Amino acid sequence: MRLVDYWEFSVPVFKRHIPRTLLLTLAIAIGVCSVILLTSLGEGARRFIEQEFSSLGADLLIILPGKKETQGGAPPIYGTTTRDLTLEDVQAIEHISTIDKIAPIIAGTALITFQNRSREVITMGSTPAIFPIRDLTLGEGRALPENSSTQHVPVIVLGSKIKKELFGNQSAVGEWVRAGDYRFRVIGVLEERGESLGLDLRDMAIIPVRSAEMLFNSPALFRVIIQLSQSNSEAYTEQRIRKIIAERHEGKDDISFVSQDSILSAFNSIMLTVTAVVGAIAAISLVVAGVLIMNVTYISVAQRRHEIGLLKALGATGLQVKRIFIGEALLLTTAGSVIGMLLAFSGIEFVRWYWPDFPIAATWWAVISAIVTAFIMGALFSWLPAAKASKLDPILAMRGFS
Amino acid sequence: MILLKDVCKTYELGETPLKALDHVNLSINPGDYLSVMGPSGSGKSTLLNMIGLLDRPDSGELYINDIATHSLIEEERAKLRQNNIGFIFQSFHLIPRLTALENVEVPLMLSKTPKHERREQSMKILEQLGISSRADHLPKQLSGGQLQRVAIARALLMKPSILLADEPTGNLDSRSGSEVIELLEKFNQEGITLMMVTHDVQLGSRAPRKLQIIDGKLSEVEKHHAFS
Ligand SMILES: Nc1ncnc2c1ncn2[C@@H]1O[C@H](COP(=O)(O)OP(=O)(O)OP(=O)(O)O)[C@@H](O)[C@H]1O
Ligand SMILES: [Mg+2]
Repeated sequence: MRLVDYWEFSVPVFKRHIPRTLLLTLAIAIGVCSVILLTSLGEGARRFIEQEFSSLGADLLIILPGKKETQGGAPPIYGTTTRDLTLEDVQAIEHISTIDKIAPIIAGTALITFQNRSREVITMGSTPAIFPIRDLTLGEGRALPENSSTQHVPVIVLGSKIKKELFGNQSAVGEWVRAGDYRFRVIGVLEERGESLGLDLRDMAIIPVRSAEMLFNSPALFRVIIQLSQSNSEAYTEQRIRKIIAERHEGKDDISFVSQDSILSAFNSIMLTVTAVVGAIAAISLVVAGVLIMNVTYISVAQRRHEIGLLKALGATGLQVKRIFIGEALLLTTAGSVIGMLLAFSGIEFVRWYWPDFPIAATWWAVISAIVTAFIMGALFSWLPAAKASKLDPILAMRGFS
Repeated sequence: MILLKDVCKTYELGETPLKALDHVNLSINPGDYLSVMGPSGSGKSTLLNMIGLLDRPDSGELYINDIATHSLIEEERAKLRQNNIGFIFQSFHLIPRLTALENVEVPLMLSKTPKHERREQSMKILEQLGISSRADHLPKQLSGGQLQRVAIARALLMKPSILLADEPTGNLDSRSGSEVIELLEKFNQEGITLMMVTHDVQLGSRAPRKLQIIDGKLSEVEKHHAFS
């Protein structure tokens, strides 16, 4: 039989069993659709994280106090501090030519009070450089003063949520608040903005880094964020900084670096794994569709015993009979795959329309593996019933027995 | 040329084995016209299926055109069947979802003949059998005699050397029955070997060679013993 003959021979079979054909096609379509759609969501999540990172500004290098051996894998977020990293260390390295901006950070929680309202708030001591580096914009007022790293200036910038909780609708800029034992004048309020990498910026306060040193009574920096002036200078910058810090720390190399690239690639590989796993779970629905194919093919073989016996009496080989039934399963798989793809891509368009900020995207490997899996299922699960058909005794089959 | 040597077929039915064919010896020459008669259950269909390669003997040898069919694998037997043997059955055995023409075409489809060639050959043979006007009808829209003509067209399509007919008139009234027989005889006169199982003594006696099976044993009725 030629390929077009298989087609012309089988299409009337589908026409005679429309509900069965449609349901089977639907089952395959759902399987293909869910694999493509779920992996596209996973890929979207990965791209979303990538975007978040790049919105932080490219070419960030973070210094953490303490030494932690890293050989691949996730970078250390919390190093074990051996010797404090201080503002003096930062002053010693800030002249390095590849450093564009540098923001030392001291972090802690402080009880901030305005009149009779108070809130426990994560308070970050830093310099004006933190605003461009972390892409913070002010809703009103101004940012930290330039001399934040040299002297205590009693000023504070509030996150939008803190401002609301302490001041309500009243204006905050110019008012004085208490933080621990010190008084700070509110000079700015951050613009309302969502989370950035798990840190709710609306729920924070920012003060000059020297003031934070006093407030928390410690010169130890939590970390130093550096914006590089040119890309691909991480290695050079890191080497220069290590040398300078080692000189200042009695020859001890006791700092760690995290680059944006390394975080991003760690996230990327996590997200790719998650996406692949989600896709594999969705592929279970294809296995279910496969079982359905097997069931329907068995029924079809039983219903068409006469025909199978007759074909053999007319000279059909067992192989030809087998091909007819596997071919029918694969035809349905093709239809199901096409419909499933259409469903998936319209689903993706819908998500794009409904949620434009989410960068959902179909990945070619997921589309290909969904379809290949569907076809493997179609062939695999129709094999047994088709083999049964090919072995039917023509005389018995024609007489209606099996 | 068909040659059967000591062909046996036994069905194990409980305690007593049933001999459907018991040491059958037979030689058929090209162009022969044979009728097979015998009581119900005597083994007539079994013999026909054996010669048509739908069944395998338990022992003995079966040669078709000098090919030892008993030692062929199934796929080779299918090929031989396709190219040499035409089957006609009592109950027509047409595929209900295909039209008359499409039913006739099936053997050519199985042998990978291109569609337009298939159409041409099938139409020609339907015309020969006088039912070309019914080519596009489904089996359910045809009468018994017409159905059997479609089946005959299908059996003749591959220009087989042997035509095996198992009670071809069993489901037909006497008028369309004799029309069908006349058709078959016409093709026999053109050179096709015709072997026909029938219960009808009158029809059976038209054949120059008359075979009889009783309890699986085959005997040939000599010419001078012919029914009259
Ligand atoms: N598959 C089978 N299993 C067991 N016994 C069978 C089988 N097929 C046929 N038989 C037996 O073999 C014998 C011969 O059967 P066959 O069909 O050849 O008879 P027949 O001469 O064609 O009869 P009829 O004139 O009624 O068609 C019968 O007794 C039948 O019971
Ligand atoms: Mg019979």
